[in-house]
Amino acid sequence: MTGIDLLLSVAFAVGVIGFVSVFALVAIYLERKVSAHMQDRLGPMETGGWHGWSQTVADTLKLLLKEDIIPTAADKPLFKLAPFIVFTGSFAAWAVIPFAANLIGADINIGVFYLVAVSSLGVIGILMAGWASNNKWALYGAMRAAAQMVSYEIPIGLSLLVPILLAESLSMKELVEVQAGGFWHWTIFSHLPFALIAFVIYFWASLAETNRTPFDIPEAESELVAGYHVEYSGMRFAMFFLAEYANMFVVSAVVTALFLGGWYAPIPWLDIPVETSVVGSAAIGAFWFSSKAMLLVVVQMWLRWTLPRLRVDQLMHICWKVFMPFSFVNILLLSLWVALCQ
Amino acid sequence: MSDSLELNLSTGHAPDLVRSALADVEDIHGERMSLQMGPQHPATHGVLRLELETDGEMVVKATPHIGYLHRCFEKIAENMTWPQIIPYVDRLDYCASMNNALGFVLGCEKLFGIEVSERVQTIRVLVAEMNRVASHLVAVGTYGLDIGAWTPFLFLFQEREHLLDLFDELSGGRLLYNYIWIGGLAHDVPDGWLPKVRDFLKYMEPKIGELNTLLSFNKIFTERTGKVAVLPADLAIQYGVTGPNLRGSGVKWDIRKAEPYSGYETYDFEIPVGTGEFGIVGDCFDRYMVRVREMEQSLLIMKQAVERLEKLERDDVQAAIPKSFSKVPVGEIYFRTETPKGELGFYIVSDGKGKPNRLKCRAPSFTALSVLSRLAPGLLIADIVALVGSIDIVLGEVDR
Repeated sequence: MTGIDLLLSVAFAVGVIGFVSVFALVAIYLERKVSAHMQDRLGPMETGGWHGWSQTVADTLKLLLKEDIIPTAADKPLFKLAPFIVFTGSFAAWAVIPFAANLIGADINIGVFYLVAVSSLGVIGILMAGWASNNKWALYGAMRAAAQMVSYEIPIGLSLLVPILLAESLSMKELVEVQAGGFWHWTIFSHLPFALIAFVIYFWASLAETNRTPFDIPEAESELVAGYHVEYSGMRFAMFFLAEYANMFVVSAVVTALFLGGWYAPIPWLDIPVETSVVGSAAIGAFWFSSKAMLLVVVQMWLRWTLPRLRVDQLMHICWKVFMPFSFVNILLLSLWVALCQ
Repeated sequence: MSDSLELNLSTGHAPDLVRSALADVEDIHGERMSLQMGPQHPATHGVLRLELETDGEMVVKATPHIGYLHRCFEKIAENMTWPQIIPYVDRLDYCASMNNALGFVLGCEKLFGIEVSERVQTIRVLVAEMNRVASHLVAVGTYGLDIGAWTPFLFLFQEREHLLDLFDELSGGRLLYNYIWIGGLAHDVPDGWLPKVRDFLKYMEPKIGELNTLLSFNKIFTERTGKVAVLPADLAIQYGVTGPNLRGSGVKWDIRKAEPYSGYETYDFEIPVGTGEFGIVGDCFDRYMVRVREMEQSLLIMKQAVERLEKLERDDVQAAIPKSFSKVPVGEIYFRTETPKGELGFYIVSDGKGKPNRLKCRAPSFTALSVLSRLAPGLLIADIVALVGSIDIVLGEVDR
C-alpha cells in the first residue's frame, strides 16, 4: 500500500466517523420529527430556533456531560467495554459501503462477507452489556437479542446470496457495477421474482438485526423497560444509541448497494462518469446512494411508529418457519435458473 | 413444576410453542429466577408491583403486591362531613371521577331519601358517559402502548383532550371535578356547552373506526392479544370480576341494565360482550374490544342525553340539596353502579350524624387484580404485560 493510499484510507476513516456522528444526529432529529408528524404533534420546536434543529445536538452534549454511573454490582471491565464493541461493529461495516464508484473505504474482494462478519460483532457487545449490568431486565434483553440476532443472520445471509449469485462476486463495488444503466437494470427489477423476494426478506430480517419495531423485543420498552442498556447512562448510553442509528443506515446501505442500484441514478443520464469528473462523479454518486438509503431509513421509522411489537415466540416463528424456507427455495430456484438459462 | 402451572398448561393459557417445548424437554429446567416487575415499571399502569417467578421467558408464578398508593380513603371518610367526602371519592379511579362520585352520591341520596329532578339525572348520565369514554380512551390507548404501538396512544389522548376541555368548562377541573353533589349538581351546564358536546359526538364517531383500522384489527395486535390469558366466564364470576373484564368473558352483565339507576332504563343502548373473534372468548383481545364497543354505546347514550337536555327546561339543580347534613337518617346501604372499570359499590353506614360511621368501598380494579395471579402461570413475560393492560386497573382504586 502506497503512502497516498494509506493517507486516503485514514482520511476516509476520519470522514466516516464524522459522517456517522452527523448522520446519527440528523437521523434522531428525523425520527423525532417523523414520529411527531405521524402522531399529530410538532416534535422539538424551540432549541436552536428553526423547528428545533439543534435539539439532538443539545441532547448529545447533555449526555456527554452527564455523570457516568456504573452499578456497584456490575462487572466493570465488561460493562465499560460493551458499548464500544457494539459501536465498533456497526462502525466497521461502513468501510465497505460504496458511496460512489470512487468513494469506498476498502474495496476488498470479500466485501459482503466482511460486512456480515463485522455486523455480527454487535451481538457480542449486547450480550456483554446485558450480562455485565447484573440486572435481570438487562439480562433478558441480552438473551433475547442474542437469540434474535443470531437467528436472523441466517435469512439475511441467504437473501444476500441472491445478488451475489447474479453478480458472481463478493466485492461490494462489483455488486453495484453490474446494475449500471437505469433502474430497470437494478437487481430488484432485473431478476424480478427472486430478487424481490430476497429484498423483502432481507429488509424485514434486517429490522430484527437492528432491533427495530416490530422486532424491538430486546429493548421492548413496555416489557423490559429498556432491555440490555437499562443500566447505562450518559456517554455510554449515547454509544448504544449511536450504534443503533449507524446500524439503521448500514442495513439500508446494503439494500441500496445490492438491490437498488447503489450509486447509480434511476436514469443513466443523471450520472456523471468517473472519466468526466472525479469529484463530480463521487458527489453525484454519494447523493444518489444516500438518498436511496435515507429513504429506507425513513421506511424503518415509518414502520416503527405504525406497528405494535411481536412476541418472542412469534419472532422465532417468523424467522425459522417463514423466512428460512422461503429463502432456501428462492436460492434453490435461482441457482437452477442461473445454471440452466445463463 | 407446580400444580398451578400444570393446571394452566392443560387449559391452554401458555402459547402453543412454549407448551410443546416444555413437554419435550422437562429436564432442562434450571433454577427459577425471581423478578420484580414494578413498582416503577412502564407497563404496570401506576405503582403495582408484580413479583414474578420465571423459568426463562415463562412466568411460573405471579404475586401482585399493592399498597404503594394507599391513602386511607375509608378512614378519612369517617372524619369528613358527607359533602366533603366527594372530592376523595373523585380520586379513587382518577380516570373516571364522575362515575365514582355518581355512585357515592346515589347511595347517599337513597339512604337519605332524596329525589332529584329529571334534568339533574340527565346531566349526571351525560357526564358519566362522557367520563366512561374518557376512561376507555386511556385504557385502550395505554393497552396499545403495552403491546408496543405508540401512535394510537397519542391519537387517543388527543380525542380525550376534547372531553377534558368540555369537563374543564363544565366544572373547572380537567380530571377531578367535584361536580356531582348529594341532592344535585354544583351548577347547571353553562350556556353553549351542549352544542359543543354535539360537536364532539360528531367528531368522535369516525375516530373509533380509525382506531380499529390502526390498532384493533392489526395482525400483530390480534396475534399478541388473541388466545392470551383467557379468563373463562365461570372463573371470572368466582373471583367477582366485573365490568368490561367480565363482559369480555362473554357474560352479559351490566348494572346499568340489571339494576338501572339515574334513569338508565329509559336510554337505548346495548351491552357488548366478548365473542372470541381472534381466539377464545375471554382472551385479552375480547376484553380490549369490549371497551372499544362500549365507547360506541356511550356515544349513543350521550346523544340521547343531549337531545333530552335540549328539550328540558332549566330548573334549580341544587333544589334537592339538604339545608344541613348534620342530621341525616340512620341506616345502612350498599349501593352499586357501573363505572368504566366495573361494579363500584359503596357500603355506607350512617348513625344519623354529620359524618358516616363507616364507609366501605368495593373497588372493581381490586377484584380484577385478584384474578391476575390465577391467570399468570404459563404466560410469557410479554403476555403478562398484555394481561395487566387488558384488565385495566387503576391503582388509585386498588389501594384506595
